[in-house]
Order: sequence, then structure tokens, then C-alpha cells
Amino acid sequence: MTALIAVPLLLPVFAATASLLFRRRRRAIGAAISIAATALLLCTNVALVMQAMRGEVIAYSLGDWPAPYGIVLVLDRLAALMLILTAVLALAVIVHAVLTGLDRKGWHFHPLFHFQLLGVNGAFLTGDLFNLFVFFEVLLIASYGLLLHGQGARRLTAGVQYVIVNLVGSTIFLIALGMLYGVTGTLNMADVLVRAGDLPVGDQGLFRAAGLLLLTVFALKAALLPLHLWLPRAYAGAAPTVAALFAIMTKVGAYAIVRTGPLVIGAQAGAYMLPAALGTMLLGFAGLLAARHLRPMAAYALIGSTATLLAAIALFEPRALAAGLYYLPHTTLSAALLFLLADLVVRWRCVEGDAIVPTPEYPGQRWLGVLFLTAGVALAGLPPLSGFIGKLLILEASLASVWAPFIWTLILGTSLVAVVAFARAGSTLFWKRDLTPATAGTGVRPNFRESAPAVFLIVCLVALTLAAGPVTSYMEATSEQVFDVGAYVKAVLVPLEDG
Amino acid sequence: MSIEFLVATAIGALTAAGIYLCLRARTFPVVLGLAMLSYAINLFLFAMGRLVVNRPPLYAKGVADYTDPLPQALVLTAIVISFGMTAIAVVLSLRTFLETGTDQVDGVPDQSEDRDPGDRT
Repeated sequence: MTALIAVPLLLPVFAATASLLFRRRRRAIGAAISIAATALLLCTNVALVMQAMRGEVIAYSLGDWPAPYGIVLVLDRLAALMLILTAVLALAVIVHAVLTGLDRKGWHFHPLFHFQLLGVNGAFLTGDLFNLFVFFEVLLIASYGLLLHGQGARRLTAGVQYVIVNLVGSTIFLIALGMLYGVTGTLNMADVLVRAGDLPVGDQGLFRAAGLLLLTVFALKAALLPLHLWLPRAYAGAAPTVAALFAIMTKVGAYAIVRTGPLVIGAQAGAYMLPAALGTMLLGFAGLLAARHLRPMAAYALIGSTATLLAAIALFEPRALAAGLYYLPHTTLSAALLFLLADLVVRWRCVEGDAIVPTPEYPGQRWLGVLFLTAGVALAGLPPLSGFIGKLLILEASLASVWAPFIWTLILGTSLVAVVAFARAGSTLFWKRDLTPATAGTGVRPNFRESAPAVFLIVCLVALTLAAGPVTSYMEATSEQVFDVGAYVKAVLVPLEDG
Repeated sequence: MSIEFLVATAIGALTAAGIYLCLRARTFPVVLGLAMLSYAINLFLFAMGRLVVNRPPLYAKGVADYTDPLPQALVLTAIVISFGMTAIAVVLSLRTFLETGTDQVDGVPDQSEDRDPGDRT
């Protein structure tokens, strides 16, 4: 049954190809294929989590070429967690896109969407650094298309910047890979670790430099402080539904840091990452307060909450990582929720778009208000929802660190800022009444079914909260597995010793 | 002069030109800069297999020493990807220029800058 590991890669490829056949006529069939494939992906990933929960690292060599020569897909708890998170988010986003008709605004939404999933899933599963680069490119190419979906001048300008930044990022990635290969003679993550052990002294500096270059690339994807500037404009410029899917992309960067941290980069990188993460947190939440529109607000919420996650990761220590991993699905789902809500607000109130200004009352306003309250509570990390538990775990785990005072001040301070920002935005959007009579033509009846994906995300957040016990124990096991590099190396390289 | 010196100088010059052009404010120099950078990277990756002359990568009769074939495969992949990416960047910047009427990367027309004589606007 190890071949099941390849399914998250094969399924999107076939779904993308199949939905490409229905891009102009009988589009309903294309949409049905797309949703069915995403649902099937979710089922597969549930099965993979079941496999991963047994605690072994499972390696699947593509084409049956043994590990350091062939390419391996590696499934462990961390990869399974990321896969299932991707599938849940993708399902909500694709249903939302079909319900709101976004997929009909261009011809290639479904194929691009599935190629994006292919890239994300591949990045989570691969055990080879060059293969990781290739999957990064796959997900980036698809994301360029998705970002521009629906078009418009603003989207194009944002798109150009996004493409240029990411091309430069890919270049740095290749430099790092070249250095690693030149020094160690391999790009298989496990093999790199093995060979790094007996490098000559002269090469160790190069090896460390390559590791830090890799960290730079992943920090660019995760929007860490000096490298975050591309995110607000790109995500606020994209269609909000697409931006909701992109919430997983910053986590691809975070995942890559967690994965390569113990294997290639080394724990010394935390010393650079932690101050950057704390600065990003401050900046992200400050942007939340300054945002005058809902979509930039969601983008800054994503930056801020990802930075909270990265601060936990940067401690490079099992307990903090477990706490961060619990926070990871929470921040992804709640930021996506805010993007979906921004889309609903734009659709339902017609005139003002996503500007945070009072409006005349419109149908569905109260329901949106309730949803916004939930999203705000989730993103600020207030008690009933999982953000509170996540932040509490991170605070508790950071106690041992010398950075604890800074981490505590910033996490608690930014939470307060988030509460203020969401309270202000929410009361302006949903409480204050614009007393001028409603402009003619705004009386569109909202379709309440459109909010179903948002409600689905809220249900997931509630489930994450209620199941906090089992989930945290899964995350603790995950984090132990991440730091147990011996088991990883053994699982990946064992076929070679047999042959 | 050794081949290492020449290749290293070429990579350095290409990278420097690429970085300079990437920092320009208009899209065309930036696209050129990205192309330069990707050439530099391709050379760099190629050189990572160590520079050796007259050795076959995979198999030849009666030859004992081979060069490392993997960097060549990596370079091939990198060339294909960077070619596609450059195409995307060109199309995208052209489209942006046609829709917004400016080729500034940030989308804001710069008034103070001297206009190109051939500029129709």
C-alpha cells in the first residue's frame, strides 16, 4: 500500500487534464470533476494520515530506483498533516469558487487549481531537494495563472511583481542547490545529512552558507520580515478566493524550513530567524490596524499569524515545534476564512467593494457579521477557538528560551492589536449605519449557499478546538519524528543497503 | 589562464549584470536581468560537477574516468524551467504595459523621467 503515497501527485494531474477538456462547453462537468477530485484527494489524505499515525517514516521510490540515485517520496506525520490541511482548504476554496462563479471568469481555473495542488502536495512529499525546487516551480507557475485569473490592471501590476520576486527566489534556490551538490555530491535530503557529517573543514563553511541560502528562499515563501513585501500587494490584488488558497503557500515555506531544518540547515539558523519572525509579527499586525480594505487586512493577518508560527519554529526545539504545528492548521484555515468572507462582502454589498466603511443595510449583513466575528476571534486568538490554545502552547513552550520575554510581549501585544483592529473593522462594516438612502440597484438577494464553504472552515476550526487533546498529542509525536533524523535517514536510505 | 578562472569570471560578470538589471525600475531591463541571472545559474550548476575536459558523462568504450552526469541533467531541467519562466515574465510585462500604459514595475508612471523619443504616448 505504499504506492498510495503517489496518489496526491497523480490525482491532481489527471483532474487537471480532465477538466481541461471541458473549459468552454459543458463547464458543469469540468467543475464536477474538479470538486470530485478534490474530495477524493481529501479521502486519500485521510488514509495517508492513518498510515502515518503508525509512526514509521514510509519512503516510496519512484520507478523503484533506490534512494540516493532515484527520487523518493517520503510520508511521515508532518507530510501527512500538511497534505490533509491542503485538501481541506482546497475543498473549501473550490466549492466557493464554483458557487460564486469565479471559475467561469476565465478558461483555465480548474486546471490551474489542480496544478497548484500538484505543486503543493509534491513539495510536502518529496525527499529530494532538486525535486523540491521543481515542485516549487510547478506551484509557482500555477499560482501566476491563478493570481491573474479574472484579470484587471491592478491584478496585472501585482502579478508582475510577484513573478519577478519569485523568479529571483528560484535563482537563489538554485544557487543553494548548486553549492550543496558541489560540496556533498548529492541532493537527497537524507543523504545530504549523512555526507555532511564527514565534510572536510574547508567545505563546512560552504555547506552552512548553502543551508542559510535555502533558509532565505523558504523565508521568502513564508513572507518573513525583509522578504515579506511582495505578499500584501499580490494577495490583496488576487481574487479573494484564490488568495484563500494561497494561504497554504506561506505554509509551504514554513514546512520546508521545518523539514530541512534538522536535515540540512541546522539549528543555528534559528538565531537569524527568530528576530525576523518577531519583527514580522509586529509588522503584520500593525498592517492589520492600518488596513482600510478587507483584502489587505486579510493579507496582513496572514503575514502576522504565519510569523507567530515561524517564531515557534525558529526555537528549533521539539516542544515549541509541536505548539507551532498545532497553530499551523489554525492560522491557515482562519486566514483563508477571512479571505472567503472578504469575497462574500464584496459580492453581497455591491457598491463599496471591500472598503472598511459604513454602508446602508443590505440583506445578509447580519449573517456576514456573525461570520466575521468568528474569523476575528480565530485570528486574534481569543478563547473559544483554537487560536487561543495554539498561542497558549507557543507561550508555554517558549518559556525555556532566552527570547521568552520578547516572544511573550509580542504575542500578547499583537493579539491585543488584532482584537482592536478586528473590533474596529467589524463595527464599521456591520454595526455603523450609513443613513443616506440605499442607492438604487443594490437590492441583490444574497445567495446564502455561498457562505457554506466559510461555514465549513469554521466547523473545521471548532473541530480543531474540540479535538485539541488528540491533535496536540499527534503534533507532539510529529515534532519528535521531525527531530529524529536517524529514523528518517534509515527509512529513506534502507533500500540501498538491501540492494 | 585556467578554465576555472574563465568560467568563474563569466559567472560573476553575468550575476553582476543580472542583479544590476533586476534592480531597474522598468520591466524590460528586469526581464533581461532575470535571463542573465538564469544563465549565470546554469553555468554555476554545470560547474558544480567540477570542470573536466574530454570525459564522457555516461558510457564510452575503453574509458575509465567519467564526468559527473547529474549536474548536466540538473542544468537541463533548470534551462527548461527558466526558459518557461522568462516567457511568462515577458508576456506578463507586455500585457501589463498594454493595460496600464506604463512599463514601470510598480505600475506607477514616472513623470520626471525623460521620455523615449519613439514613445507614442
